[in-house]
Amino acid sequence: MDDIFSIIVGSVLVKNILLAQFLGVCAFLGVSQKLESTIGMSGAVAFVMFMASAMTWLVRNCILVPFHIEYLQTIAFILVIASLVQFVEMFVHKFSPALYDSLGIYLPLITTNCAVLGVAIMNVNAQYSFVEAVVNGLANAAGFALALILFAGIRERLEEGDVPKALQGAPIAFVSAGIMAIAFLGFSGLL
Amino acid sequence: MNLVKEFTKGILKENPIFVMMLGLCPVLAVTTSVVNGIGMGIATTFVLLASNIIISAIRKTIPSSIRIPTFIVIIASFVTIVELFIKAYAPELDRSLGIFIPLIVVNCIILGRAEAFASKNSIFASIMDALGVGVGFTGALIVISTVREVLGAGTILGYPIFGSGFQPALIMILPPGAFIAMGCIIGILNKLKQKGESRIGGI
Repeated sequence: MDDIFSIIVGSVLVKNILLAQFLGVCAFLGVSQKLESTIGMSGAVAFVMFMASAMTWLVRNCILVPFHIEYLQTIAFILVIASLVQFVEMFVHKFSPALYDSLGIYLPLITTNCAVLGVAIMNVNAQYSFVEAVVNGLANAAGFALALILFAGIRERLEEGDVPKALQGAPIAFVSAGIMAIAFLGFSGLL
Repeated sequence: MNLVKEFTKGILKENPIFVMMLGLCPVLAVTTSVVNGIGMGIATTFVLLASNIIISAIRKTIPSSIRIPTFIVIIASFVTIVELFIKAYAPELDRSLGIFIPLIVVNCIILGRAEAFASKNSIFASIMDALGVGVGFTGALIVISTVREVLGAGTILGYPIFGSGFQPALIMILPPGAFIAMGCIIGILNKLKQKGESRIGGI
């Protein structure tokens, strides 16, 4: 139980996937301009990350390890994630058109979101059990959502701020993300 | 002539990091020291070059409806080659780059060049394009990692360059420093660009 708890706290706050591990920064800067779209993106990432953690664990431990082909890990994982994203897209499109309308455009982007593959590889490196891997996937998705939504709030305020011309747009977003990362450094004593 | 242009456009005008802002994850994560930056740059350039050559060579036989999965498999194969090579010959680099070597697969620059350039152009043009973008990417990594290593550790390539009185700003090699350094560098580049533009406008 302690393990699970420390995985959750560690992934959400201490080693935040965006601010401390830099996974998924493209999505972070790309969709964080509006609060609404960040919520859609976080939902899509959470869903795919959860499914991907479970699927990649199964693929690794039921196929790659028994056949001693662990070196195919990168190829296998990216194929699993790409087909998973495709499958999720079709599934959501069929069964929940409303959800599809709000998540739809973010789903294809997730294939090349390094956060999903990153979490799958982290699960392998940390030698997590199935439950731990799934919990880690969910916790990282929560950390991703937390950072993304907080940051979108800051960016909406920045729109109205008086920013020097050379810093407008991406540069000031980077600097604010840096200040947010300093705040998250404060959590490092928790574990 | 045209080939030269394919090469140079990736270095400055369409620099993948500072102008296009693609593939930022490894840029922010591994630039804690210049050695890491160069290692990452070379690894990515190799994958980019190899995948551009193969994709350009078979571009006429790939059905367009499954081209993206095909590109990803080709890229993933080369990433696996690089991964195993670095593990065998540069274990230290493997340890410091860690998870970011397999993550070259999802670097948007590589898939972006495959889709936007290699799938439409000849092999030689694709080679020049890959080399140009690779050099631009490596150069950007070197610039950022130099700033961070000098300010954060007071060294370049591990050699101290300041006297013993220098107090390194540790924050620069911690994660927040990556964001702040990146923001400031892009800001300075924008400033220079504006100056250049206003000078041209003045004439």
